[in-house]
Parts: sequence; C-alpha cells; structure tokens
Amino acid sequence: MKGTNLGEFEEIVLLTIASLMEEAYSVNIVDEITEVTGRKTKLGVVHAVLNRLEKKGLITSELGEPTKERGGRRKRFFQVSHAGKVALMKAKEQRDRLWSNIPELVFQGIR
Amino acid sequence: MSRSRQTPPRWMDWLIELYCSKEVLEDLQGDLHEYYSRNLEKSRFRADLVFFLDVIKFCRLYTIRKPKILGQMTFFNLMGNYFKTSARSLARNKLFSAINIIGLAISMSIGILMITYISELLSFDTFHEKKDRIYRVQTNYKSISSDDPYDLASTSVFVGKKLKEEYSGFEKVLLMRRNFSADLNKGENNISVSGLYASQEFFDVFSFNLVSGNPSTALVQPHSIILTQKTAKKLFDDKEAVGQVVTSEEDTYTVTGIVEDLPTNSHIQFEALVSFITLENQFAGDENSTFFEWRSVWMNYVYILLPEDQSPEVINAYLREIASTENLKTDRFVINHTLESLGSIVPGDELSNQIGPSMSWKGIYQLTLLTLFVIVSACFNYTNLSIARSLRRAKEVGVRKVVGAGRRQILTQFVFEAIIVALISVAIAYGLFLLVKPFFLQMMDNQEIVTLDFQWIHVLYFIAFAFFIGLVAGILPSSVLAKLKAISIFRDASSVKLIKGINLRKVLIVLQFTTSIFLIVGSTIAYRQYKFALNFDLGFKTDNVLNVSLKGNDPKLLIPEIEKLPEVKKISRSGMIPNTGEIWGEEVKYKDPLDSANVYVNFVDKNYFDTHEFTFIAGGSFPYDQEEGDAKFVVIDELLLERFNFESPQSALGEVLTLDRRLEDLKVEIVGVVKQFQYAKIHDEPEPVAIIQGTPDDYMHLNLVVSTDDAIALMDKLEDIWTDIDKLHPFEARFYDELIQEAYEDQAVLFKIFGFLAFLAISIASMGLLGMAVFTTETRQKEISVRKVLGASKQNLMYILSKSFIVLLIISALIAMPLSYLFFTEMVMADFVNRITIGPVELLSGVFVVFAIGLLTISWQTGKAARTNPAEMLRNE
Repeated sequence: MKGTNLGEFEEIVLLTIASLMEEAYSVNIVDEITEVTGRKTKLGVVHAVLNRLEKKGLITSELGEPTKERGGRRKRFFQVSHAGKVALMKAKEQRDRLWSNIPELVFQGIR
Repeated sequence: MSRSRQTPPRWMDWLIELYCSKEVLEDLQGDLHEYYSRNLEKSRFRADLVFFLDVIKFCRLYTIRKPKILGQMTFFNLMGNYFKTSARSLARNKLFSAINIIGLAISMSIGILMITYISELLSFDTFHEKKDRIYRVQTNYKSISSDDPYDLASTSVFVGKKLKEEYSGFEKVLLMRRNFSADLNKGENNISVSGLYASQEFFDVFSFNLVSGNPSTALVQPHSIILTQKTAKKLFDDKEAVGQVVTSEEDTYTVTGIVEDLPTNSHIQFEALVSFITLENQFAGDENSTFFEWRSVWMNYVYILLPEDQSPEVINAYLREIASTENLKTDRFVINHTLESLGSIVPGDELSNQIGPSMSWKGIYQLTLLTLFVIVSACFNYTNLSIARSLRRAKEVGVRKVVGAGRRQILTQFVFEAIIVALISVAIAYGLFLLVKPFFLQMMDNQEIVTLDFQWIHVLYFIAFAFFIGLVAGILPSSVLAKLKAISIFRDASSVKLIKGINLRKVLIVLQFTTSIFLIVGSTIAYRQYKFALNFDLGFKTDNVLNVSLKGNDPKLLIPEIEKLPEVKKISRSGMIPNTGEIWGEEVKYKDPLDSANVYVNFVDKNYFDTHEFTFIAGGSFPYDQEEGDAKFVVIDELLLERFNFESPQSALGEVLTLDRRLEDLKVEIVGVVKQFQYAKIHDEPEPVAIIQGTPDDYMHLNLVVSTDDAIALMDKLEDIWTDIDKLHPFEARFYDELIQEAYEDQAVLFKIFGFLAFLAISIASMGLLGMAVFTTETRQKEISVRKVLGASKQNLMYILSKSFIVLLIISALIAMPLSYLFFTEMVMADFVNRITIGPVELLSGVFVVFAIGLLTISWQTGKAARTNPAEMLRNE
C-alpha cells in the first residue's frame, strides 16, 4: 500500500513544511528538521523527499521572489496540499487510536 | 576571506546546468549556492568541495534533463495515430491503394530477385579464411597479328614456377590447370568425372574441408586424386575411399582425400582434383610440349597467398620484371600479368578462360539498371497518384497543422504512410518472386551459379529495400502536402492549387511511357535479331542434319551400323560444328614463310561437303579419306583466297599451303574452293577458313543426313547402336538447327528479359494511367454533366477528357523512338556484323502497343464518365 501511508521521514518533512508556513523552502526545511530532531539531515535527502511528495500531490510549490544571496535565483516555497493535510490527519489519527488503546498500566511496568 | 570570489567555480555551475532539467535547476542551484556561502565562512576549499560533491550527488533520475531526443520522439508517440490514419486512408480509396500496392509489388518482386541474386554473387568465395590475402595472376595477351588483346583469367605455368623459384614475398604459390576429365573405374562402378589439377598448396590457400585424408600431403604424390563426397559415393558407394586405386583408360590414380561437396558460391568447382605433379611429370620428358613455356597462358591458373599486410604491388612489380625479360625473346606476342584479388573474381571483370562460373560487374550493372527502370516506374505511380489525391487529404493536413504539427511532422507522416504501403508491397512481392524464380533460374541455365535460396539476412535487405522505396515514392507527395498552408485550406479548399504537382505528374507519366515504349521496342528488336540469326543464310544446309557426338569412339565401328538404318541418307565426319560458337584456329602460310595467316579450321572427311551441301566455286571435295597418317588436302573459302591473293579460284587449285605444326610443318594441297560460308557466329567478323582433310583423331562428330517423320524412333535406334559400342558415355545427338538455336540463346534471353520487363513496365504504366484517368474524370464530373446537359456528344466528352493524356503519349513516343533507335544501333548491336536493320516497323511496334493500351485505359474511364446521367450529378447542387 505504498503511497497511501506516509513514511516516517515524509511525515517529518510534511509537518515541518506545515510548521514553517510561509518560509518553507528547502534550506529552511533542512535547518528546521536538524534543529527539531537533532538528526544530521542532508539537502540531498530532503530534496528527493520533497520531489516525491510533490509527485504524490501531498504538497504544492511555487517560486518566490528573486533574492540577492542566491545569485538572484528564486526560492521554491512549499505548501501542504489538501491531500497532504488528509494524509497527516490520517497518520495522527492512527497514532492517537493506538495510543488510546494502550492501558496506563502497560507503561507502569517499564522503568 | 578574500572578497575576490563569493560564488562557486563557474565550471561547477556549468556542470549542474548541463544535466539539470529547467524546472529543478533554478531553486536547486539557489539552494546549493546558499549552502556554499554558509560553508564559505569556514573555508573556501571546504565550500568548493561540498558544492562539487553536491553537484555530483544531485545528478539523479528526477533532476536530470530528459534528453532532447525524447522531445523529438513525437513521431513515435504519434506513430499509432499515423498508422491508423494511413490504414483508414488506404481502406477508403481501395482502387488507388490497389493500384499503388500492386504496382509496387510487381516491380519490387524484380527488386527482390536482384537483391537475392546480387547478394548471392557477392557472397562468392567469402568462405575462404584467408580470402583477403589470396590473389590470382591474370594475363593480358596481345598477338601481333590482332588488334584486340585478350584478357585472360588463366596464365602460364612458367610464371608460377618463376615466381616460386626466383622470387620471395609470398606465402604460397598455387598452380592449377583446368580440363581434367577421365572415366574412372572401381569394380562395378564406372563414371566419368571432370575436374582440375592443383599443386600441393591447394589446401593451404583455399579453405575447402577435407572429410578424410591429409590436406598437407594429399596432392604431393603424382597420380593422387581427391574426390568430392558426391563423386566418391558414386564410385565407392559407402565404402572407404581413401587409399583405394581407381583406374581410367590411360592412367591409374590413388584416392588421397575426400573433400566436402563444394559450396555453390565458389568460383572453383570440381568433381575431382588431381595432383599437379602428375602433369609436370607427364610433360617433363616431352621436348615438344609447350607446357612449361611462357606463351602457354590458356589453361593454367596461378594463385598466390600473400603474407599479412603485404601489398600485391610488390608481386606486380615482379610480374612486370618477368614479363619485360620474356617479351624480349619474341616478337609475335606480348604477354603481361597482373594480380587480382580473390574478391574481385566473381563478380569481376570480363575475362576469358575462367576456371569456373563467372559473372561480370558489367552484367550486374546492366541487370540492375533494367530493374531500376521498372522500380522507378512504379514509384512514379505512387508519387503521381498521391499528389493527385493530395487535395482530398488537404483538410487532414490543415487540422494537423492547426493543432500544431510542423512541416516536418507532416512530411514524416506521409513518408511513413508510403513506407507502410511499401512494406505491404514487399510481402506480396516476395510471393511474386517465388513465382518468377524458377523462370529466372531457367533463363540462367547455361551457368548454374546461383540458387536464389532464402537466407535470413534477406529479410533485413527486403525491409531496408521497402523503406527505401517508401522514401523514394513518398517524399515528393509528402513535401507537396507539407507545404500546404492551413489557413488557405480552410478558407477555400478548392483554391489550393497544386500547379507544380500537375506539371510534375505530367513529366512522370511521360517518363513511364517512354520507358515502356523503349522496353517494348527493345524486346521486338531482340526477338527479330534472334529470328534473323536462326534464319540466316549460312552458305550451307543444316536441314535434317543430325550431329552425333563421338566421345572418343571409333567412327569406323559406328558408321557401318548406322548406315544400315534406312532413315540415314548420308553420313560424314567432322571436327567441329560451324556457327555454334565453337571456333578452331590455326596458322597457315602460303609461299612467303614470314606471312602466316590466322584462319579458322575444321577437319572433315570427303562426304562432309555433300552432307552440308556446300557450294564449290572451283574444284571439289577430297579425292579420298585419309585413315592413317597426316592430312594431304585442304578446301579453302573465298576469304582465304583473297588473303593469299590468288588470281582466281581456279588458279588456287593444286597450290600448297603450310600448316604450322609442332614437330614439322604440314603441307596440304588445295583441292577446292567453297563460297564464303558462316563459320563463326553471325555477329562476329568473318575470318578466312580452311577445311582440312581429317584424320581419325580429328573427328569429334558424325553428321547424319536423315529423312524421317519419327525423329524419336530414329533416336532410339541410334541409341541402341551406340550402347552396343559404348556403354559408358550417354548417347548424344542433336539436330543442327537445335544447336544453332542454342548458340543464339543469349539473343533469346535478351528478348525474354526485355519482354518481361516491358510487360511489367507497361502494366505499371497503364495502372498509373488508369489511376490518373479515374482521378481526372472524378474531379471533372460536374463539368462533364454540365456539358452534357448543354448538348455535348459522348465522343466530344471523351475527346475533351482524353486530350491531355494523348498529348502525353505522343510526347513519350517522340522521346522513346530516337532514344531506343540510338541505344540499339549504337550500343547493343554496334559490334554485330550481321544484324537486322532497325526500321519504322520495330520502332512503331512499341508505340502502337502503348497507344492501344493507353487509349483503352483512358477510354474505359472517360466512356464511363460520359455515360453517366447528368441529372445524378447535378441534382444535389
């Protein structure tokens, strides 16, 4: 059922895009993920995931205004699409249900 | 931080621009630059390195630009669509499609024939492993007394030996000689075989497979013989042959090897191969023999195997050296030798004395040219009809253009359609080819050198051929269609003028009919020349003369038996049979010992002149037959009379001529002079003839004058007599007229080829004409109807519709007649001494046939159009 469920990293990227709102472009996304998760994230990996998510239709993108620091090149900003939102909600819901199925005492035994 | 450079090296940017697709490039490059400037704060080197690695790493499937070619692949994307439209258009215009496909198929069947034929010829001798290093010594022989040098495939043993003994620079020198023939005996089995002589290098040079026997020793010993599997099977059944002794009348041979049956595509063909040393020993003791001499260049072959990377020029220089020394020793002839490579033997130059089957490039070119005639004609049809019909497809082109098709795409589409038609045609053509094949093989029967068998590689050739034909036929109409402007098509379709196309079409029709007339005239002339040759007044009678080939049998045994048959009226013996292409020559002197004349000779007995009814202008036949010893008398013809300047035929009688003989010159007395008669074939220049009194060894044929209504019964009787005397050789008797017919077979073949091609050309041309007539009448249907309503008669209408076609036919006739006249008088028959005069009858025959067929075709359509009820056409207006 590939494509219907989000991969772990895909979910992180999607969430990051959502949280960055207007500022979600590749370099920012990489920085944010690095900061939040503490993982060493590479642009190459994120770029590939962004490409894949866009193909699946979970995100949309558009080019912004040209900026000086990038040699006049425009940034590509990403936004979560409706399908993306649905996918995220679904993932969250699945987790919530799983969480709600776990009785309190299960964790009590674990130190 | 130096402020000189804040950006990555230009070449790295260039690298990423090279592969990255436009959509991804801008922001990806931006990202990388952002990282670069970040890294730059640490170190330039690090920034450069990371950037570089990133450039490399980002070369992924989704980032790289799709190759440009994919953008131009629209053809492949649209192929399905093209195919569908083509198929629909073909199905909609059934008549035109049929004309196109059948026309192309007919001509392509000939193309297939040519492809198969030529590819088979080109495969000759390619199976030899060392084929690139094998060369043959060929000879140019120029006699002082003749202007025309001979180009010979044969050469002298002398030159081969000389090379071997005094020169180096080659791996092997192989000596061969043709005309080995013997009747071999082994136990019960008795067969006659023919073959070649070859020295021991044979298997070093050529790659023929020995099934058994040792290739390096098989031809070393004298009287060694190698047989082909087929021959060995006949002689030994299935028993072991190697080591066995076989006997012939004169000799015994030891079988030293069995060679795999030879492939047909070899210019060397034999049933048996005898060691060359056999001959050398035989002639070594004979002082009178010319075997080892410089001038005996007629029967022997020398093949040379060069080392790797050596140019034949070196050997050519040796050959020139040898020739320059040897030619000094004589003033009667000049001989020169050159090397030719194995690959240029078949097909190759036109040479006399070939060792085996041969085909010259000239012959191939001629056949190809004739084939191209027919094929081009069929392509014209396609072009013509497609241009004519292109108006109907104009709307389709318009829509395509509006939707965005470029000129190139339209062009591709219609060429594609033509190729589809050509592919369908080639499939049908292959069927036709299978029908024609046996006839073609039969026509070539004098040389059994090709099989025309199917090979898989041919499929490739045929498809390539179909593509080529499709391209040739389709390119013109396609470019006409591609040029159409969408806007003008939609504004007013009828205003689209194809003026250029119309002129072109007319030119093409004229060309087609010119070709047809030319071919018909050609076949008429070839036929008439053939008949002319058969009915030529030879100066002697050939009616009811039956020639029996003696095959070495003693005529004295046969004649008494044959004479008993009541059907046989007269009987005589002769050496050769005149006017069948066979020529025997000798040198004859009269009083002046330095003046020798080349004459044609025949050896006959005293009855010969009677059986053939020669006309004597002085003297008569020999007084008696010489059954032992040398000839004493000779009968000469008028030309020899002139050659030696005798005052009158009478004065020549009793004079003595000297014949050039090996041991001692032979003196013969002239006893008669005959009127000039046809010794050589009628196309050739006549030469003086001496008919010499024959001795038993000279006779090769019996000439029987027979009178019977039942030739078959007579043959049976003769055969009975023959088999009583000779059990080995089959009885062979032919009527003289039959032999003459065979001798002029090449004329008949020419006639058949021309006739066949003419038939094809005329059918293709009239199909094209039919198509054009249908099209014209269709487009002018309304005009015809209006004219009819206004009172035009049927004849009037037919005249109006046919007029332009008739003009075209007349133009074709005016071009074709002088063209074919010149072609045949100046080229084909230029060298013929006796030939028909080409007059209006021959030339007009073609015109007449073409006119008849053309007019019939046109009037069929125009008549139909003229008969239609005008109301039908005008009602819907």
